[in-house]
Amino acid sequence: MWSSKSERVEVKVDEKSFEEKVCDVLVIGGGGAGLRAAIEAHDKKANTLVVCKSLLGKAHTVMAEGGIAAALGNVDPEDGWQVHFSDTIVEGQYLSNWRMAEIFAKEAIERVYELERYGALFDRTPEGKISQRPFGAHTYRRLCHIGDRTGLELIRTLEDQVIARGIPFMDEVMVTSIIKDGGGGRAAAALGIDIRTGMLILFRFKAVILATGGCGKVYEVTSNSYESTGDGVSMAYRAGAELMDMEMIQFHPTGMIYPAGVRGMLVTEAVRGEGGILTNAKGERFMTKYDPKRMELSARDVVARAIYSEIVAGRGTKNGAVYLDISHRGADYIKKKLPSMYDQFLEFAGVDITKERMEVAPTVHYQMGGVRVDPETGETSVRGIYAAGEVASGLHGGNRLGGNSLSDILVFGRRAGGAAADVAAGMDVPEFDRKELESEVGRVLSPFSSAGNANPFYLKEAIAKNMWKHVGIMRNEADLTAGLKELEAISTEARKSKAVGARAYNQSWLDTLQVWDMILVSEAIIRSALERKESRGAHTRSDFPEKSEEWLMNIITVQKGEKMTHELRPVPKLPPELAALIKE
Amino acid sequence: MSQKFEEKPGEGTVKLRVRRGVGSDPATDRFDEFVVPMEKGMVVLNAIHYIQAHLDPSLSARWNCKAGRCGSCSAEINGRPRLMCKTPVESIEGDVVVEPMKAFPRLKDIVTDVDANWKVAAMIPPFTPKPGAGEIFRFYQQDVDRSREFRRCIECFLCQDVCHVVREHEADYVGPRWVVKAASLDMHPMDGLNRSKFMKDKGGLGYCNITKCCQEICPEHIVITDDAIIPEKERVVDREYDPLVWVYRHLRGSKEAEAQSFRATGGAP
Repeated sequence: MWSSKSERVEVKVDEKSFEEKVCDVLVIGGGGAGLRAAIEAHDKKANTLVVCKSLLGKAHTVMAEGGIAAALGNVDPEDGWQVHFSDTIVEGQYLSNWRMAEIFAKEAIERVYELERYGALFDRTPEGKISQRPFGAHTYRRLCHIGDRTGLELIRTLEDQVIARGIPFMDEVMVTSIIKDGGGGRAAAALGIDIRTGMLILFRFKAVILATGGCGKVYEVTSNSYESTGDGVSMAYRAGAELMDMEMIQFHPTGMIYPAGVRGMLVTEAVRGEGGILTNAKGERFMTKYDPKRMELSARDVVARAIYSEIVAGRGTKNGAVYLDISHRGADYIKKKLPSMYDQFLEFAGVDITKERMEVAPTVHYQMGGVRVDPETGETSVRGIYAAGEVASGLHGGNRLGGNSLSDILVFGRRAGGAAADVAAGMDVPEFDRKELESEVGRVLSPFSSAGNANPFYLKEAIAKNMWKHVGIMRNEADLTAGLKELEAISTEARKSKAVGARAYNQSWLDTLQVWDMILVSEAIIRSALERKESRGAHTRSDFPEKSEEWLMNIITVQKGEKMTHELRPVPKLPPELAALIKE
Repeated sequence: MSQKFEEKPGEGTVKLRVRRGVGSDPATDRFDEFVVPMEKGMVVLNAIHYIQAHLDPSLSARWNCKAGRCGSCSAEINGRPRLMCKTPVESIEGDVVVEPMKAFPRLKDIVTDVDANWKVAAMIPPFTPKPGAGEIFRFYQQDVDRSREFRRCIECFLCQDVCHVVREHEADYVGPRWVVKAASLDMHPMDGLNRSKFMKDKGGLGYCNITKCCQEICPEHIVITDDAIIPEKERVVDREYDPLVWVYRHLRGSKEAEAQSFRATGGAP
């Protein structure tokens, strides 16, 4: 059962040779969206392969805490998909694609029950139904949860399903690029690195699903994992796909601030959902000024700006934070409902949250923008490339509601998997463009022969500091322009980035490639932020503080030649029957 | 804010001894020493990152969430299996010694190959709703609470590492992680299978001699031996060795047969 020899390590790696793998549907990403997509594609009889950058089951989904939003109406029977739809559109500041929001609100309900049938163990109501807790800007109590570890349960449940079905997966494989067919119209292959051996792998497929998550790591203070470097957005863009609303980066209101090593680590919104109170250093419950009606349970963009404003106005703690207090709920309740938060503060900060206040400040959490997709199928603007989950855009508009991401990944992961399998059933594996592959192999291996000596670890840090400083919660033209200028300097330096040592498990190599992706994604964020001359949702411009009707536009980013170009496209208008559901 | 970390020295340096090497090649096996500046509240993973960024970029380490949630950065720190992201440097007296988990083959430096776990995972009969469970389940919080502890598992495989049965590779025992998995399914209120026969025949549960090392080192504080392994062993005794049960089942046909035939038919739900 257990062996002392590894099958994957003792492989000799030739300079430019690669292994070839052929499948119907390639799923890139092992988080909730990727695994749900794989299950669907497999169940529809497509020969499916999952590749993921980390070990199976470690994807960023494990970090999701508070719950999964779906209008089951178990606690508040008045709830229904119509209200969930309205909340999503209104709090997305009307930038969301209405059809995506409609599909989402309707199908989220069945996806939760399905997850339960797959074996997830949700907390219960006294009647034995799935329990639902309140969350910011959700009209009703809507978040189905497993304590404060909903993401872990979700990914473990899907992982079990993948293993039980025998769906093949390769973990610790980093895909770097998508290769088109000869005509350049359709995606035909992907180039990846087996991280453990350093061997290149060419994946040939009929359809590919990007489920690569977000790009939080382009910011210095973030709740995101190592993996979230925006590779999916980058490879889609490089393959010619349209990106949308890249300026919309969610700052979660509450991240840890202290000690320095854990700065940015998430403090779940469930703390506020369970009654947590925010105060400034003077002891004032400041949300009374910003949203007296919803207080701590206002939308994330509102609470994040409120905390930011308090700190900037000098009413923060000496660590540059505000206080969040849940101790009034009592030790037993807290340990039961927020066990991870209790452990996290005790173990990392030495704070007992059943007795003491937490110190919190905003942290980069989520990209609402991403690759533009078709609402029904998740197909991007490049044939054969599908996208689901955080990497895709369109559902969350200008601000994502807490808990909507977990239902997003299940709803649209399943749809993308199904659509990809359907397409694959009617075609052969396309030929790929050998020239394009050759040039990609050259690019991917170039860090080893780099004449320069730039250190990718410093470059990562430089990107993250630049974005935090110039493209944060409060933006203006001067800062954004300065940020772009600094990014250009970093980009020049990054061309000289050097990989050191052999190819197996080579961090400096992987980091160099990720740095290139991070630069591309950062540029898209900054340029879109410069483009949107108004304040809407998560995007706040101090030089354009008002929200404007004229800006009911999606900002499209697409590559033309070597140039990053932008286009404004009006947000599709809600049909009358759905418009009638909207309640502000 | 508690004063816990502020009382400790924030200045100075710390010495790390990191085990290096490629695969099972003994010629490459060595310890490298690094001196890293101390920062308040710093964990071993911070020190490893410092080494990669400033001292030796060729050092390989596996990590992801850096928040104790994903279970990637497992290693042996001063001989004890721990997560690097949850081990404060200040908690260690003297030099910090970082080695790979020894129960698994080494890939490079402190990164190990944990693939064998997936083969074992695939053997365990998966969650299977009991007949008549319906589309929307009804059960109660008490039923959830029985199995909840096991679902904290982050699959860091430190329990597998510390388990002497797994470590010495001599027995076909699934290991603590996978007993916890079986227990979490067996105690799921809607699960219709019984995994006792599997645990006895294929799972090698009898090899565990209850030294409780696994539950001592679990970073999620799962009481592995007392809450999962011993109840699973009791289940095996009740169902597999009790003569009355044996006779009854013989006459009536057994539920365990389902669990066994499940894998044989490759039956996913």
